[in-house]
Amino acid sequence: MQLTGAQALVKSLEAQGVEVIFGLPGGAILPVYDPMIDSPIRHILVRHEQGAGHMAEGYAQVTGRPGVAMVTSGPGATNIVTPLANAAMDSTPLVVIAGQVARASIGTDAFQECDTTGITMGVTKHNWLVTDAQDLPAVIAEAFYVATTGRPGPVLVDVPKDVSNATMDWYEPGVVDLAGYHPREVGDKDLVRQAAHLIQRSERPVIYAGGGILKSRASKALLAFAELTGIPVVTTLMARGAFPDSHALCLGMPGMHGNYTAVTAMQRSDCLIALGSRFDDRVTGKLSEFAKDAKVIHVDIDPAEIGKVRMPDVGIAGDCRLVIEALDDSVRALVSSGEAQADRSPWLATIRSWQEEHPLHYDRETSEGVLKPQFVVESLRDATPDDTIVVAGVGQHQMWASQYWRFEHPYTWVNSGGLGTMGFAVPAAIGAKVGMPDRLVWAIDGDGCFQMTAQELVTASAERIPVKVAILNNAYLGMVRQWQEMFYEERYSEVYLSPDLPDYVLWAEAMGCVGIRVEHPEEVLPAIEKANDVDDRPVVIDFRTDAMEKVYPMVPAGASNDDIVVDPRFGQGGR
Amino acid sequence: MAQPASHRRHLVTILVENKAGVLARVAGLFSRRGFNIFSLAVAPTDDERFSRLTIAVDLESVSLEQVIRQLDKLVNVVAIEELDPADATERELLLATVSADASNRGQVIELSGCFEGRIVDVGHDSLTMMLAGTPSQLDDFEALLRPFGIIALQRSGPVALKRLVRADAQSPASLARLA
Repeated sequence: MQLTGAQALVKSLEAQGVEVIFGLPGGAILPVYDPMIDSPIRHILVRHEQGAGHMAEGYAQVTGRPGVAMVTSGPGATNIVTPLANAAMDSTPLVVIAGQVARASIGTDAFQECDTTGITMGVTKHNWLVTDAQDLPAVIAEAFYVATTGRPGPVLVDVPKDVSNATMDWYEPGVVDLAGYHPREVGDKDLVRQAAHLIQRSERPVIYAGGGILKSRASKALLAFAELTGIPVVTTLMARGAFPDSHALCLGMPGMHGNYTAVTAMQRSDCLIALGSRFDDRVTGKLSEFAKDAKVIHVDIDPAEIGKVRMPDVGIAGDCRLVIEALDDSVRALVSSGEAQADRSPWLATIRSWQEEHPLHYDRETSEGVLKPQFVVESLRDATPDDTIVVAGVGQHQMWASQYWRFEHPYTWVNSGGLGTMGFAVPAAIGAKVGMPDRLVWAIDGDGCFQMTAQELVTASAERIPVKVAILNNAYLGMVRQWQEMFYEERYSEVYLSPDLPDYVLWAEAMGCVGIRVEHPEEVLPAIEKANDVDDRPVVIDFRTDAMEKVYPMVPAGASNDDIVVDPRFGQGGR
Repeated sequence: MAQPASHRRHLVTILVENKAGVLARVAGLFSRRGFNIFSLAVAPTDDERFSRLTIAVDLESVSLEQVIRQLDKLVNVVAIEELDPADATERELLLATVSADASNRGQVIELSGCFEGRIVDVGHDSLTMMLAGTPSQLDDFEALLRPFGIIALQRSGPVALKRLVRADAQSPASLARLA
């Protein structure tokens, strides 16, 4: 069967089970958009290519399937570099198809030409420049295989316009076999046994669960293992929802804005069991002071993560779910062979006392009807079902959302962790809603973030994707303002945004959304209920929140986790 | 405490697929991860599908395991071998053009002879010579040539193969394996 390269490309995407592509056409990708008309694949026309990338990421994070975006050459490709970098940092499977100028024009500075594979080399797991239409079915199969196996990540396939126009003989690609790519999934048995011994002997163990738990779909295995061993679990920003917040063993989020107990339990631990986490600087604080007494067991699908930051006592390269199940078996075997577990009751009692002494706090006594951002998050949490998908951008609102939401299910939390991409929330929420149309999807966003990608609400209105957006509008780049207040002597440099420029309600309505403004605490719940009832268009609520509010606790950048600062209004921080 | 450069230097040979951009992928990885390179040599192997890179890596700020594991993540990298200089046959090529007029030409040629170098080009008042040898032999040769006046000098960077195992010899450093 003879096909054009473009037809072969679309047919290859169909063969991969792609149900939706987020994209925006242009000159070099035009041939591929023609057969899209006849394809069952849904195409969502974005307003900016960055939106396409983040939508595909949101889709991938909630469904576990790779997100697919399609862009043209030059500026189309450069506009999606941020989502590629974001997906690389957060290990999100993302397949980007980019148009490229015709082969004969490559290297001539042709119109809308850029070195797309060169530019994206450092922010993709791998990329391909297709130079022969006959290669397309094989390359697409390879691209999906690389994106979704091992440590998931973004890939890009660059397709010159004349390759799309050329004819080829269609074939079904065989099983992907790449000479240099063989992800290892099963952990070494001896190492698993060593880890199990270490765990059984430890008196102050903590499970440090990261995003790899979600990527390997290991939430159930983690729950079973934590309950078997009675070990408390911290869930990093990327792992919120991987272990239920309501569980007695859940300590919540560690790190720079983690709660006192999660941070301190890691510091005092004698055995850190890192599962799919990577000792990010936002978690460890000053590395030389981090969990100094702890033996470390590090499980990660990516061998390069093991020993990259902290040298483990036992490092196991493998899929988190498979390794946790093996650890489970190994611990059971030790127990049945009579190896006693160390007494951990003092440790658990200490943890309980920290939880009682240092709960998360904010000032609920709102003077003169000031609206606290934490109160908005709590109200949203309480007025929505617990399988609601929450999506955040980056900054104070993200931290409050992570702190004050109660995550009970995996894949209900979507945010930009590693790269910290402002503007992530609106498009990612749209992608999440496309992937999970029957679930309520709420973006909790900041006013600074919202202004970066809000135009995608036009996409959402046009495509009837009814996401909700709660803007915690404090009229500032709030996290930057907080740092300037705390570390730059209140010298506020270039952080003021204004509460009503733009007018978020008018802007929302101009984009086909319902716009609501909330200025006082008593208006919060009715507004949320009204928004929850809208099912035919997006809703934006402009919550006018207290600009002075800061995110606590906080470990200042570069400081030891021992020097955690709690809200000064509620007592002393630190040890 | 910083180690001397000679202790920080490790040889890594990398078998890569012969695909467009593969050198940029390896070089880009070293650059973005802040790994330093002393030298890099690259050429096709006997199998036209593959090329081999020989990189002398500076391990001042990073462990060899981390370099190898990051390299292994590149899809086009097929195999990586760490070569301990003590357990490798290592050779490098040097070309040097040196001032050599009638007054000292004999001395230069004699020096070259001592190192078993070869004169490969002759001008009125200069010579170009070639020497293949171990990097330290080349260092010595270069130092001894310098007083004559080096006009141009180019070294290839070392290439290396693992030393062969013999029954009467100690076993060579084991292949760098990934955990």
